Amino acid sequence: MLNKIYDWVDERLDITPIWRDIADHEVPEHVNPAHHFSAFVYCFGGLTFFVTVIQILSGMFLTMYYVPDIENAWESVYYLQNEVAFGEIVRGMHHWGASLVIVMMFLHTLRVFFTGSYKKPRELNWMVGVLIFAVMLGLGFTGYLLPWDMKALFATKVGIEIAASVPLLGGAIKTLLAGDEHIIGAQTLTRFFAIHVFFLPAALFALLAAHFIMIRRQGISGPL
Amino acid sequence: MSNNKVSRRQFLSYTLTGVGGFMAAGMLMPMVRFAVDPVLQKSAGGDFVLTDKKVADITEVPERVDFTFEQVDAWYKSDVTNTAWVYKEGDEIIALSPVCKHLGCTVNWEGDPAHKNQFFCPCHAGRYEKTGKNVPKTPPLGPLDQYEVRVNDGLLEIGKAIPNTLV
Repeated sequence: MLNKIYDWVDERLDITPIWRDIADHEVPEHVNPAHHFSAFVYCFGGLTFFVTVIQILSGMFLTMYYVPDIENAWESVYYLQNEVAFGEIVRGMHHWGASLVIVMMFLHTLRVFFTGSYKKPRELNWMVGVLIFAVMLGLGFTGYLLPWDMKALFATKVGIEIAASVPLLGGAIKTLLAGDEHIIGAQTLTRFFAIHVFFLPAALFALLAAHFIMIRRQGISGPL
Repeated sequence: MSNNKVSRRQFLSYTLTGVGGFMAAGMLMPMVRFAVDPVLQKSAGGDFVLTDKKVADITEVPERVDFTFEQVDAWYKSDVTNTAWVYKEGDEIIALSPVCKHLGCTVNWEGDPAHKNQFFCPCHAGRYEKTGKNVPKTPPLGPLDQYEVRVNDGLLEIGKAIPNTLV
């Protein structure tokens, strides 16, 4: 049945070459854990992407109940976690996944560093990776405020004070992040929500696309 | 190995698809169930709301009765005021919902001077008879809903809306 549907589409659009370009590529022996078990360190990049996909999916579902408003944010999080079926699981996936992304990404960075994979001709991909690292930390920072509980509020106060300590521009950065010179409140929450669900994910998708196109163009770096 | 009908490649492809599908389902099932929860949740509703309308004051002419109750909308609680058109038919108290069955506007008793003894919807000139029966050749396709009613210490209590039982 599925084969017939595939053949029907393929006959008209010739999709097999596209599919082959995406899925069919060489996996050298030195990165295949089936040959050398220690090659599992080459999995961290893929695992980072896998957890990122979970983050995107669970985040999309969470916005079905979440409201970025200081009166209702905490109540809506409490409701979706305790009153909605599987709310604890879906929020749990997003909560723990957020930490896991950072861990996996850090391990991936270490692997690239210690195998020297950042060297010529892959310097550009390392730079894009560093930008992805920054975007991920930004996602973590903005997402932390959204439940609007005490921990979130005070963590954000501290984070914004750190941003405000930048010489000369500090005050402007603080106002830009918080939406107000003095208050961490209504405008901060909506800003962080917009940054968390629209701006940073858009930047992340573009950077991930560049990251993956470059690795396909250049191939995986050789053995040590 | 002549009786081996499944090739190694097929076996690998089936196992990987199976395990992968199982993992994807384990990931997606909680999220989908989470999303469809409003459809599956039992609606509590159906509590009677006490109005300040004395049953003795109800006449045979439909009269507007407002009643207010606390509505729990997920994490948001608020007081909501609904309206009923209330009249007596013999000894029986009838309370009709004012929500037009065409597109949900609010109907008025004798809202159109040209049509006495009828409910009138201003949006598209839909009309209903006193029982709530929709007048043919006007937009509504069904009769007005009815409210469950109860008397409590001489005052009218209004319950949930049910399909019209008079027509």
